[in-house]
Amino acid sequence: MNQDPLLSGLAGLTADPPEGLLDRIAARWVRVEGPLGEVSVAATDQGVAFLRWYGPHDDTAARESFAAEFRARFGRPLLQGDRPPAGLVPALRTGKAAGLRFDLRELSDFQRDVLTAAQRIPRGEVRPYAWIARQIGRPAAVRAVGTALARNPVPLLIPCHRIVRSDGAPGEYVFGAEAKERLLRHEGVDLDGLRDLAQENVFYLASDTTGIVCFPTCHNARRITPRHRHGFRSVAQAESAGYRACRTCRPGEVAA
Amino acid sequence: MNRLDCLDPVRKALIDDLDQGFAELYGTYRGLVFSTALRLSGRWADAEDLTAEAFLRAYRAVAGYDRERIAALQPRPWLMTILMNVWRNCVRTRVRHPPPDLMEEPVDSVDTGEGVEAAAERRETGGELAELLRLLPEDQRAAVVLRHVVDLPVSEVATVLGLPQGTVKSHVSRGLKRLREMTR
Repeated sequence: MNQDPLLSGLAGLTADPPEGLLDRIAARWVRVEGPLGEVSVAATDQGVAFLRWYGPHDDTAARESFAAEFRARFGRPLLQGDRPPAGLVPALRTGKAAGLRFDLRELSDFQRDVLTAAQRIPRGEVRPYAWIARQIGRPAAVRAVGTALARNPVPLLIPCHRIVRSDGAPGEYVFGAEAKERLLRHEGVDLDGLRDLAQENVFYLASDTTGIVCFPTCHNARRITPRHRHGFRSVAQAESAGYRACRTCRPGEVAA
Repeated sequence: MNRLDCLDPVRKALIDDLDQGFAELYGTYRGLVFSTALRLSGRWADAEDLTAEAFLRAYRAVAGYDRERIAALQPRPWLMTILMNVWRNCVRTRVRHPPPDLMEEPVDSVDTGEGVEAAAERRETGGELAELLRLLPEDQRAAVVLRHVVDLPVSEVATVLGLPQGTVKSHVSRGLKRLREMTR
């Protein structure tokens, strides 16, 4: 009955959205193996946005908790993904996420800075909370750093577990202190050694052959033989004894 | 619970599982929302932005609704009302802060010879009639697009635009009249 060319012309102006448009709106979830067991991961078209581990929960319970947490935090639909985002599985296996893209749009600049600094800590090493605060140029914001790390949307991938208390205890963690300790031991961090040093008030190790002072877990510090190793309570103390701060682990009191 | 059985699949899915329901909502109405957005804005990229924003807002709204409210929802006019709000906001911001590249754009499209991609895009964007739609005043364009491009009944257009049916009819007929004059 649409004889009118104008009306049939208008009716012909419908169009389908491009295939990828749904992925600009909804995130996709997958379940993949991680160092603590299976984790739930959500990614948008910008990158990995959210990771949670629910311990030995069954799949359905984990899926429901994950969907609820994701919704509360992101307010975005979450649909099942057909495969993990590129680089996710190797990142979880190796503890190195260099090639992985993240979607950190929901975070404040401060939180993003904290997480970016945390990404620079290599596997097998740890840093104190105050180190992050100094790295981002906010040396007094140690507590705020702790809060920002606790809100890390992508633990394991951005290694907030590598930030520990300066007394050698692992400290708090999104997935619990016990999981943090397990992860660090799994990555080869000598937590008992750190604790022993801390009890003797040693937080930095220096080598009298190189004249350099490091964090104890820095790969340069781990190479020092006992004969040449000297412990210090502070970098200032080491510096007045003639040592300079390591340029790899950057233990200096003030960020360069 | 019998009452729920007679609901359409979209509302049923939204009550069962918000995310699955959203997938159903998107699958059912993406063409409608996108076509409307495309003919209102006249630009492919804007239509994508408007569609994404409208569906996201719809999701966030429905996440706060209880079962009763979802069961009572009329998904199509509800979603289209959200789209119209998103579009109006977008027009308003654009009037206040015009994008800086607006001046250069026409030069580009006039100067370059029409390649394969450009031709395909012109076909997608509907050519001459779509261009003429863009010349209509906003209220007439909205009424004509909702009534004759995506074929909503007058009563639903009135709901979506928040206008009396009589006003919708007069917007539509004035819009059509103007289009006829321009195509003559």
